[in-house]
Amino acid sequence: MLHIANKSFSSRLLLGSGKFANPNLMQQAIQASGCQLVTLALKRLQLDQPRDDLLSPLREMNIQLLPNTSGAKTAKEAIFAAELAREALQTNWLKLEIHPDPRYLMPDPIETLLAAEQLVKLGFVVLPYCSADPVLCKRLEQAGCAAVMPLGAAIGSNQGLQTRAMLEVIIEQATVPVIIDAGLGAPSHAAAAMELGASAVLVNTAIATSQDPVGMASAFAQAVNAGRTAYNAGLAAAQPHAAASSPLTDFLAIL
Amino acid sequence: MSFSAHWQQQSWQELQLQSRNFSTAQVQTALHKPRLTLSDLQALLSPAALPLLPVLVAKAQQLTRQRFGHSVQFYAPLYLSNLCANECTYCGFSLSQKVKRRTLNSAEIEQECRAIKALGIDQVLLVTGEHERKVGIDYFCDVLPMIRHYFSSVQLEVQPLTTAEYARLKSLGVDAVMLYQETYNAAAYQQYHLKGKKSDIHWRLDAPDRVGLAGIDKIGLGILLGLSNWRTDAILLAKHLQYLQKQYWQCRFSLSVPRIRPCSGGNEVTNPISDKELIQLICAFRLFAPELEISLSTRESAEFRQHVVPLAITSVSAGSKTQPGGYSVEPENLEQFSIDDNRSPQQVAKALIEQGLQPVWKDWDSFLGR
Repeated sequence: MLHIANKSFSSRLLLGSGKFANPNLMQQAIQASGCQLVTLALKRLQLDQPRDDLLSPLREMNIQLLPNTSGAKTAKEAIFAAELAREALQTNWLKLEIHPDPRYLMPDPIETLLAAEQLVKLGFVVLPYCSADPVLCKRLEQAGCAAVMPLGAAIGSNQGLQTRAMLEVIIEQATVPVIIDAGLGAPSHAAAAMELGASAVLVNTAIATSQDPVGMASAFAQAVNAGRTAYNAGLAAAQPHAAASSPLTDFLAIL
Repeated sequence: MSFSAHWQQQSWQELQLQSRNFSTAQVQTALHKPRLTLSDLQALLSPAALPLLPVLVAKAQQLTRQRFGHSVQFYAPLYLSNLCANECTYCGFSLSQKVKRRTLNSAEIEQECRAIKALGIDQVLLVTGEHERKVGIDYFCDVLPMIRHYFSSVQLEVQPLTTAEYARLKSLGVDAVMLYQETYNAAAYQQYHLKGKKSDIHWRLDAPDRVGLAGIDKIGLGILLGLSNWRTDAILLAKHLQYLQKQYWQCRFSLSVPRIRPCSGGNEVTNPISDKELIQLICAFRLFAPELEISLSTRESAEFRQHVVPLAITSVSAGSKTQPGGYSVEPENLEQFSIDDNRSPQQVAKALIEQGLQPVWKDWDSFLGR
């Protein structure tokens, strides 16, 4: 089970709700993934409309909504968005996203930490999207974040675990769940993240822009399970030389 | 150093000549690079790239889906005034044009806002002619708060302003400023822009710098296709984009590449661009700058938009009226140019959904970017 704040989830795969071709496909993909936590951008919601084409289909599903502050470039804007999201969606769960750089959508470590400190005080369950920086992750943890969400690679880049060495340090040191967010382009990337010991992964582009989002969502779910099972089982160490599958240990012992 | 200083060091003639010297091999190399240089973009814009257009289109489409998913944003222009102190030989709003002039007052603007909202539109582009004295910063500051109240995103396409004026507009709710250079060719620019402040090319070239300095979220660049050699204009626009992205790293950028449409002035297009070449231009920019928002307006036909939007376009206008009061106040003919896609926003949206795209009516909030 994945425990975040006071909730437990049997699925370790989180999904984003953007980029899908239509709301139906989004629903089906979420269903196929078994995911229980779905993030959605507050700025996309038409709260003055009776039926919003993003929110309404998500509300019909048995999932925890995780509103995000995408679009915010500063802590101030993110906090404002968080308050609006809490009121509109009746949840204090929040994916904190502050990326002032629209080209690579890199998270701003300074504004993110500032916002996280204040949002925690305001009673939010804060899950911050952040760079794969071990010190920053510890600082966010100390600020009271319920998890940290370091990036594997730039959002939507499908490049996989480019930050692997740093993620290993982050996972080793963390006392809150580490959710690898952004950059996971293939189920094998998600499996690799889980094998490293990540608590969960968040995927959007690779599923939503696949030729078959439902099939891909299912593939990611299987990969996340496989990676987690392998992590629990304990991965064998890699070494440069061959090692015999049936070693002579027993025989050597009796000599 | 402002952009116009960089621009002055460029030789239009040289850039235009370079375009003819690219080989198929150079185009192929550019097509398969993960990061393109300006020279790669030149290759993709060159005549040598035309035979490889299907490959270029496929790559552009893949990059667009990866970056923007299946989303296509919807907006509509709101023409506030057709008063203009400029004389531009291609424009129906020009000073000497005998058209009925009109500037909407607050009550009329509100009526138009309601009519646009009733179309389902939530993102608006405010457009005026260029009349500093009568439709200047004070007018914009007067009407903006009311307009802001109706829409999640407000963009502006008006005369170039000062940095301080842009800063004021930002605080009142402007999310984006469109500043189309029309052409980067100094000689041609002079030929087309005969009178008024618009004839000062430097003031216009440096306007995106001023928007960036004011910290407005998005800057729209564009060239008016038909005025000069489009390949050379496109390369200079790319240089402009590259310069601005480095200077104003927190700004988003969008691209518009309108083709000259017939207007009441009745102009002849001296440098036409074919449908195929326009697709080449749009797709080449997608490879050069995958994050660039690219819009395609109702200047283009429904059929052309139907085919091109799914390739690399991220925002479309729909149901557009290009005259002040056109939606509700006075829906008669005073238009800046005639539009070619007369479908309603809902019709455009339905057609996109059938193509596997998702119309996005809202993607911003008024508290962002302040």
